[in-house]
Parts: sequence; C-alpha cells; structure tokens
Amino acid sequence: MKQFGRIAAVGAAVVVVALFFGWWQVDGPGAEQTLGKRSLPLTQMDFSLTDQDGKDVGPQTLLGQPSLIFFGFTYCPDVCPTTLSDISLWLEELGAEAKDLNAVFISVDPERDTVEVMADYISYFDPRIQGWTGTDAQLAVAVKGFRATYEKVMQTDGDYTMNHTSGVFVFDDVGDFVTTIDYHEPREFALPKIRRAL
Amino acid sequence: MLQQQIQIKSEAVMNNSKNTLAGLAAALCMVLPSLVAAQEPIPNTQIVVEQPWARASLGTSRPAGAYLTLRNLGDTVISLTGLEADISGMASVHQSKTDANGISSMSPAGDIEIPVGGTVALEPGGYHAMLMKLQAPLIEGETFPMTLLFSDDTELTVDVPIFGMGARGPEG
Ligand SMILES: [Cu+2]
Repeated sequence: MKQFGRIAAVGAAVVVVALFFGWWQVDGPGAEQTLGKRSLPLTQMDFSLTDQDGKDVGPQTLLGQPSLIFFGFTYCPDVCPTTLSDISLWLEELGAEAKDLNAVFISVDPERDTVEVMADYISYFDPRIQGWTGTDAQLAVAVKGFRATYEKVMQTDGDYTMNHTSGVFVFDDVGDFVTTIDYHEPREFALPKIRRAL
Repeated sequence: MLQQQIQIKSEAVMNNSKNTLAGLAAALCMVLPSLVAAQEPIPNTQIVVEQPWARASLGTSRPAGAYLTLRNLGDTVISLTGLEADISGMASVHQSKTDANGISSMSPAGDIEIPVGGTVALEPGGYHAMLMKLQAPLIEGETFPMTLLFSDDTELTVDVPIFGMGARGPEG
C-alpha cells in the first residue's frame, strides 16, 4: 500500500514536470527563441516576385490590406494542399470580413513552379488565393525578410522535395507582422488570429 | 568489315534468343498456373480500413497523397509495411513532420504498428500514402484500388475515392 502511494507520487511529479516543460517551450522563456526569429514588417522588406498573371509584385503590393502569406510548392502532396484548403476554409468562414484580405502562396520551388504552373494550381482553391514565384535569387531575398527557410532534399526516386517553413504569416494592413498560424492549426485558433489583423 | 561481323553475330544472338524465348514461354505456360496459386495473396482479416480518400492530381507529374484509417480488430499487433497501387509506379507510406522552428518535411515512414483494438490514421500532416510516378491522373469522382501490405504477409485492397484538389478530409 505504501509502495502504491510512492508510485503515485512519482507519477504526479512526472506529470508536473512534463506540464512545466510544455509551458516553458510554448509560452515560457523557452519560447523566446522563436520570437527572436519573427518576420520583419512588410515595410522593411524589399523583394520582387511575379504573380500568377505575370505581374511584378512585392511587399508594397500587399500594403493597405491585411495579408496571409505562406510558403510551399506545387509538387507537395500533403502539407501544401492542406494549407491551401485550410486557408480556403478560413476565407469562406470569415466571409465578408475577409473581403479585403490578401492571401498569397509563395513557391519555394521556382525550378518547377513557373508562373503558368502557379496559375493552374491555385485555380483549384479559393479564388482570393494568389500564387507568386520568381527566380532562385528573388526567392532567397523574399524568404529572408519573413525569417523563413527552405531546402531542397533529394528523394529515393530521383525526384526532389522541399523542406520549408509551413506556418501562415499574418500581417495587418500597414504591414506589421501580427502572428503566425502554425501548420494545420484548428480553425477555432486560426480565425481569432486572423481577426486580430483585420 | 568489322561492322559486318558484328551484325552477323548479333543476328545469331537474336535467333538464339528467339528460340530461348519460345522455350521459356512454353515452360512458363506449364508452370504459371501453379506459380500463381502459390503466390495468391493472403487477405488480411483483422484490419478494417475506414474512410479512404485521395486528392485529385494535376496531371501525372506530381506525387499524389491518399489517406485512410486502419483499425485492428484482431488480438495481435500488426504493422503496415508498404503499399502498392497500379496507378502509381512507386507507392509508399510517408510521414510529414513539422519541427520546433515550423519547418515541414516528409520522409518514408517505415513500418507502422497498429495496436490491438486501436487505430492508426493516415491523415493530412501526419502519415500519408505517397503515390509517386503516377501512371494516370487522379480524377475527381473516380476511385482507384490500393493494396496495403502487412507484416504477417497478408494484404488488403481498398477502393480509394478521389475528391477535389482542395478536399480537407474523408467527407470531401
Ligand atoms: Cu510524401
């Protein structure tokens, strides 16, 4: 009986430590690491890319309206279509609230994602979602401002995949960074985050 | 001169191989029925596949993803070890991961244990059936057969319905 009490005490201690560790990582001092990597405001970025219609675009294109920006590539079978359909759903749920909202999918795979490919791909999602691409050099500059990263990884079949920052960056209408919505975050968390930028 | 010799030689080889081929074909005709019988797949009876679905593909150049849930109704732990699908020249189970810095990546998942009485879900952002080298596009509204391979050498073939490219889950 005494031994059972001891085991229970140890179990409780483990739970407390685990909870503390979780807090430390998510909200506590451990979270500062990711805060240090927060995106620049759009007004301090300087990049140029091409949109799905072949027009030159950059951070100034986004100012005046709140923006959702995310990185991906069209050869991505799982994470990217999920993000695109999540955003389509958010836009749908926000309805008129999201009337003046930029939603931009920036390709991290300029080699395969040409302007034509981007135009074709995004046409299957919410019509408000834009698709921007560019050259390798242009992309490198763009990604830097968001403090995002991407990396080409070879696969066993000889093709390659891209590892990339998968959160959605939220900016307000003057271009200030508001927050990120983590990949596949439930919409009950995502929608209030977007509303903070509206 | 040399070229001629080579040509004669290769013709001889061809003739030879033709004979060999004919012989092989005859032998196969005799052996094949028993061979097929020996390799008859053993259907799995302890796993139930729930809510399979896939997203439509844009042509055949991109890999496609498919999802489903596996429920283990048996009394032994069993693992999903692989996939086969005629529509894909190279199918395997992949796992997407997002690290502490918010960077997503995917890689082959390896064997996935399905606990007794439990389920394992292949769902967006986690495990997915990675259908590479598509032999035909995945067209919304159609279905395709996909075979799941298990650790006890059994297999299970399911018809996977294809939803739109923007589908979020088994409900479309
Ligand atoms: Cu994959």
